[in-house]
Amino acid sequence: MKKLNYPFSQEAVRELKVGDMVLITGKLFTGRDAVHKYLHEGNPSPVNLKNQIIYHCGPVVVQDKKSGKYEVRAAGPTTSIREEPYQWEVIRDHGIVGVIGKGGMGKKTLDACREYGCVYLHAVGGAAQVLAEKIVSVDNVYLQELGSPEAIWELSVVDFPVVVTMDSHGGSLHDKVQKMSQENLDKVM
Amino acid sequence: MAKKKKAAPKKKVAVKKSVAPKKKVVAKKKTAAKKSNPEQALMNSLVELIRKTSAEIPDDVQKVILEALAREEKNTTAEYAMNIIQANIELAKKKSQPICQDTGTILFFVECPRNFDQIAFTKICHKAVRKATEVGYLRQNSVDSLTGQNVGMNVGPGHPDIHFHQHAKSTVEIRLMLKGGGCENVGAQYALPYNELGAGRDLAGARKVILDAIQKAQGKGCGPGVLGVCIGGDRGAGYVHSKEQLLRRLDDTNSIKELADLEKEIVTTANTLGIGPMGFGGKTTLLGCKIGVLNRLPASFFVSVSYMCWAYRRLGITLKGDLSIGKWLY
Repeated sequence: MKKLNYPFSQEAVRELKVGDMVLITGKLFTGRDAVHKYLHEGNPSPVNLKNQIIYHCGPVVVQDKKSGKYEVRAAGPTTSIREEPYQWEVIRDHGIVGVIGKGGMGKKTLDACREYGCVYLHAVGGAAQVLAEKIVSVDNVYLQELGSPEAIWELSVVDFPVVVTMDSHGGSLHDKVQKMSQENLDKVM
Repeated sequence: MAKKKKAAPKKKVAVKKSVAPKKKVVAKKKTAAKKSNPEQALMNSLVELIRKTSAEIPDDVQKVILEALAREEKNTTAEYAMNIIQANIELAKKKSQPICQDTGTILFFVECPRNFDQIAFTKICHKAVRKATEVGYLRQNSVDSLTGQNVGMNVGPGHPDIHFHQHAKSTVEIRLMLKGGGCENVGAQYALPYNELGAGRDLAGARKVILDAIQKAQGKGCGPGVLGVCIGGDRGAGYVHSKEQLLRRLDDTNSIKELADLEKEIVTTANTLGIGPMGFGGKTTLLGCKIGVLNRLPASFFVSVSYMCWAYRRLGITLKGDLSIGKWLY
């Protein structure tokens, strides 16, 4: 088990290899379809994402009526491949060093990970409760006008569990498993 | 849409009876009627069915998940994923919170007697879905396909998706499935012959395309999952029937021998592919496979595959005479 602690850096993520099981402690910024489109259209990010990790997630967030504090009730990853057209650009232009999601991403993102020093971290799909438990505070919210699931939520997490499935050296577990399972399938067809 | 074809008794007369012996239906009696009001009782039963379905995995599914966890090699990403899955199941149950934040398409399958009032049931069912959404058992998960607007309370064209089947018994059985978008997206329908795979119009051809669907899904449907398959039917009925297969208990045995054999073989073979939990690689790719069959036209041979993620949310209840919950079906 490896640890990735805040503040994150390119050097730290370059150390990570496909297959590593990693616990992340520090900050995550959620961002899914609307955020990626927003950044792709050339809008400035409302928060500096340099050396940060973006999490493909539309969390269920409730606000305490009295204190106004936010609490995350469920926060599993959403399917990442939808961001494939935009992700490389967000990596290049905003300097993010990690992307958390599920299902893996394609060649553009893999190439950007290698070129700019970023890593794709796979969270367990459906594990909304376990992952929400790892979020210790909601520190800020940006672009809330996009709707709660689509906003950028700034979260503090402790020991957030992920697996490296695409590293910054061109390695992709998704490509590997796809190829191996196809070979196995061909044998039994 | 095929969903209405099996139901709908035409006689309007019959309608008012058995959903509720409606004595004092209308609004004014609200306060005193709370306890004895059958509408309220049905509403409570449905809200509880939704709560429990969203938060708790049925026993038959839990069993195969634990078996899968035990099977994976220690200190692998596959075991890591299965451990997180198991922890999530326990936590969701303990906290009575949704297992997955995608609370999915809401599919009701209602087995009902003659004279059952489907219109009244549908109305109360919509109310129950709104209520369950308000209190957070369900996410706001229903989007107008033209405007892109989230309708908020999960009620709109096609949502929830209610399937009525009349049966000769006097009981009412309500099964609920919450099927998330990730796994729905990896479902597939094949028209045989399917030349790409050399899949002909027979059981061997069906086997090939089912295995192909598993390979194409990789980990994207949040595996290890379960397949519901329909051989035959038209395109619409085929998909509906494939989902109905997911209502079967995982430990049942298909009454048709060839299908029972095929179900077993698909699971065994799928688990040699090495796709593993979440597509990380590993020993368990598939937890189960259930195959049903419908007649087809001479010109058509469809194989419809629905993939259910590990977060297999499916429970059911029977109703008592007063419309409170009788027993749980899984």
